[in-house]
Amino acid sequence: MVRLITHNLLACHVKGCTTNNFPLQFQDVQIELQEAEFNPDFVRNLLPRLEWGALVDAAKQVGDTSLPPEQPEMTDDDVLQKLHHVLLEIHITEGAMVCSNCKHIYPISNGIPNMLLSEHEIG
Amino acid sequence: MSRPELQAPPEIYYGDSEAVKYTKNTRNQQIQADLTYRALELLNMPPDQSAFLLDIGCGSGLSGEILDEEGYVWAGVDIAPSMLEVALEREVEGDLFLQDIGQGLGFRPGSFDGAISISVLQWLLNAETSHHTSAPPHRLHRFFTTLHSALRNPSRAVFQFYPTSDDQIQLITSTAQKAGFGGGIVVDYPNSKKARKVYLCLFVGGGGGQQQVPAGLNEEAMDDDSVRFERRRQRERARDRSGKRKKVMDKEWILKKKELYRQRGKEGVPRDSKFTGRKRKATF
Repeated sequence: MVRLITHNLLACHVKGCTTNNFPLQFQDVQIELQEAEFNPDFVRNLLPRLEWGALVDAAKQVGDTSLPPEQPEMTDDDVLQKLHHVLLEIHITEGAMVCSNCKHIYPISNGIPNMLLSEHEIG
Repeated sequence: MSRPELQAPPEIYYGDSEAVKYTKNTRNQQIQADLTYRALELLNMPPDQSAFLLDIGCGSGLSGEILDEEGYVWAGVDIAPSMLEVALEREVEGDLFLQDIGQGLGFRPGSFDGAISISVLQWLLNAETSHHTSAPPHRLHRFFTTLHSALRNPSRAVFQFYPTSDDQIQLITSTAQKAGFGGGIVVDYPNSKKARKVYLCLFVGGGGGQQQVPAGLNEEAMDDDSVRFERRRQRERARDRSGKRKKVMDKEWILKKKELYRQRGKEGVPRDSKFTGRKRKATF
């Protein structure tokens, strides 16, 4: 299952693709909602590692607009709850991720993205 | 039989049937669980903090289940699609990726709080094609450099693996060091042929003080419930106190079997009586 938490950490790793290789763009995705246990400390720890803009964009692409476009300075429970939902409860089951720089397509089937590269793409 | 990694590449060796067989085998499950707990111990994460871990070569999620239990959020990568399918069926919590770690990991810097990997690294030591990116040193280098950047500072990565020679250990540790890792090899039960386990314990950053490589476990600490084969014990079990050989199929065994058949709904299982498991008189 691809959740937005991992999508936000995932960059294209094709040989020579070093600029503008993050975030990967979603393409014809199907999503599934699965509840997960809310752990505010985990989300708070994760916060500095997230790329806020990319997360909001990705959430929009899968049809969730609950996050504010700018990272709020105060992280109260309400924001954490929203973040938790976006990061951990939205699962992408089918579709593809496309690198906006080199246009490499990583297909997602059954919730598992195929990150394999062909020989000439290995760095 | 020779080692699995010498027979075929992992994505072929762990095909549909082998993936199911491997996951259902309770002995494999037990070994995987033990190794995972030990790896987590070596990982030494700060307590009561739910971290985000990477499971390298997660397979069917045997180790992932333990990470779930321990309250970690995790992502797993594996190259065998059949194993990942089994993991999906078992409904593990983590995110799964089909990825060849020898091609490098595509994670942003500082993504993970730690990484574990159970019996994976030996699979990187065979070249599958003659292309230069398929050479083991190249694959190891690519793997370790991308992993090093994907881990947070400070953090640890623990790999349990089965090396065949010291040269392999040498190659792996030197490549890891070139990628910027500190740390080294930890050997548990070094004098036991069966229980001996090799862990590669790598550190990212030191946070001021130099991190110490943890000590391996040794014989004295070995617990007695683990399986060790002793022929003497087997011989003893075959004889009762009078020195005569015990009957292999005694009454207890027969009752157990009959109970099992009844549970399975087999027809025509004879009923139990005081004659069950007794020999007929010679005059009969």
